[in-house]
Amino acid sequence: MIINRTRYLTQGIAKILIWMGALSTIAVMILILFQILKEGLPVLTLRFFLESPKSMGREGGIFSTLIGTAALTVVAILVGAPFGVGTAVFLREYTQESKISRVIRFGTDCLAGVPSIIFGLFGFVFFVIKLNMGWSILSGGLTLSAMILPTVISTAEESIKAVPNSYREVSYSLGGTRWQTVTRVVLPNALPGIFTGILLSIGRSIGETAAVILTAGSSLVMPTSLFSPIRTMSVHFYILAREGISMEMAYGTGAALILLVLMINMVAQWLINRYIRHRT
Amino acid sequence: MSQGSKIVIKDFTFYYDSSQALRNINLAIRPKEIFTIFGPARSGKTTILKSLNRLTDLTLGTRHTGAIFLDGIDIYDPKVDLTQLRRRIGMVFDLPTALPMSIFDNVAYGPRLIKIVQGKRLAEIVEKALRSAVLWEEVKDRLHTSALRLSGGQQQRLCLARTLALEPEVLMLDEPCSGLDPISTASIEETLVQLKKDYTIILVPHNIQQASRVADRAGFFLNGDLVEEGTVYQIFTKPLDKRTEDYVTGRFG
Repeated sequence: MIINRTRYLTQGIAKILIWMGALSTIAVMILILFQILKEGLPVLTLRFFLESPKSMGREGGIFSTLIGTAALTVVAILVGAPFGVGTAVFLREYTQESKISRVIRFGTDCLAGVPSIIFGLFGFVFFVIKLNMGWSILSGGLTLSAMILPTVISTAEESIKAVPNSYREVSYSLGGTRWQTVTRVVLPNALPGIFTGILLSIGRSIGETAAVILTAGSSLVMPTSLFSPIRTMSVHFYILAREGISMEMAYGTGAALILLVLMINMVAQWLINRYIRHRT
Repeated sequence: MSQGSKIVIKDFTFYYDSSQALRNINLAIRPKEIFTIFGPARSGKTTILKSLNRLTDLTLGTRHTGAIFLDGIDIYDPKVDLTQLRRRIGMVFDLPTALPMSIFDNVAYGPRLIKIVQGKRLAEIVEKALRSAVLWEEVKDRLHTSALRLSGGQQQRLCLARTLALEPEVLMLDEPCSGLDPISTASIEETLVQLKKDYTIILVPHNIQQASRVADRAGFFLNGDLVEEGTVYQIFTKPLDKRTEDYVTGRFG
């Protein structure tokens, strides 16, 4: 009897704690979204998106920062994703567990733990100063690409690992070379997972602030080339709020940022599902 | 070395790390026969198949002594083109492994690897292979749907078609009927007898009955040893070795 009662008590307490954890997570998320969207949504008009900021961002819209964000993210992904996926393919398909692969894996794990401001500092010293790229889309994009590398590598590696070995055996037994096996069987099957990793990286690139200010600058002028300095939406938000330029505009930018990330996620999820459905 | 053999295995010994999987195997397989390799689990059957097309190369820490000859050429010679060897010795695995792509793409996988991509030629190859594997009639109207939607038996015949599309000289089947119902099994066995006209077939049967139904000659493997080989009739009715007799009469295994 006593044992039974204790057991019920434990069950009850555990249940309450778990529910509280889950509910508070959701509550915090809703609070943040509510706060930003409540203040920001009224600012969002078509003009807000299509007009560039005027007088430091006090007036006008966010067009140039939208372009800056997109350009920076595209550069980061275009550089980071091939290197990351390539590393994952190398680790999984071209080497066996060895000293080299352990060193690479340890390196990427360390990289994953480095604060973004350190990446910013590195980008500033190396790309901006040393390679003389200045504050630019290129400097910022390359810095971000290094920052997202660990995410891309580990998600790609996991999804490559999950491709059944029997698929590889089939490919090799039909006279496939290693390259043919990787490109025709391994990567197509790992693609949804790889894509998820890239999606996370896009989110991180869009949201990054510290590393971007140090490497891409905070210019509000419309960029004209890869060597133009830019201001991303996150940086814009930070500057508007931090320097008290316009809280209204800051909230508008924040809301736009949230909607942008949400939209990218939804489209990507739709694409992944379509791809998976197409193959099975 | 016996003349006129398709494959000659000579003093072949194989190790995974420190455990020995095959011990001093000597075996000759004749052209256009169905040779069946049978024995209890872990007797080295799959290892011998995977040694013949060197799929064992994919496993780390393996080594071997002795030699295997295909048409008189040592397949472990460094000069041997591995991809070509594997095209000449096709293999069907014990579990149906349709790749997650369409039926057509599955069968066309091998030909495309050697740059046969022209539409009409490829379509002919695919049709011929599917016909040989007795699958054409069932799938001809849905070649471009996913192969994963086929039943187990159909998938296994698809795997056979995929291997046949490369027109290998030797066909190795590792328990091709495990997990299949009797009807699918019967149709695969029928197919094998048909294929014997053109191919040398090495079969690891699903059970002893299957071996006696389709094979010409048989070799009994036990713990990495080739205990005895001979015609199917002799092996199953008058085995020379006590261990073979015990196995075929069902005393163990």
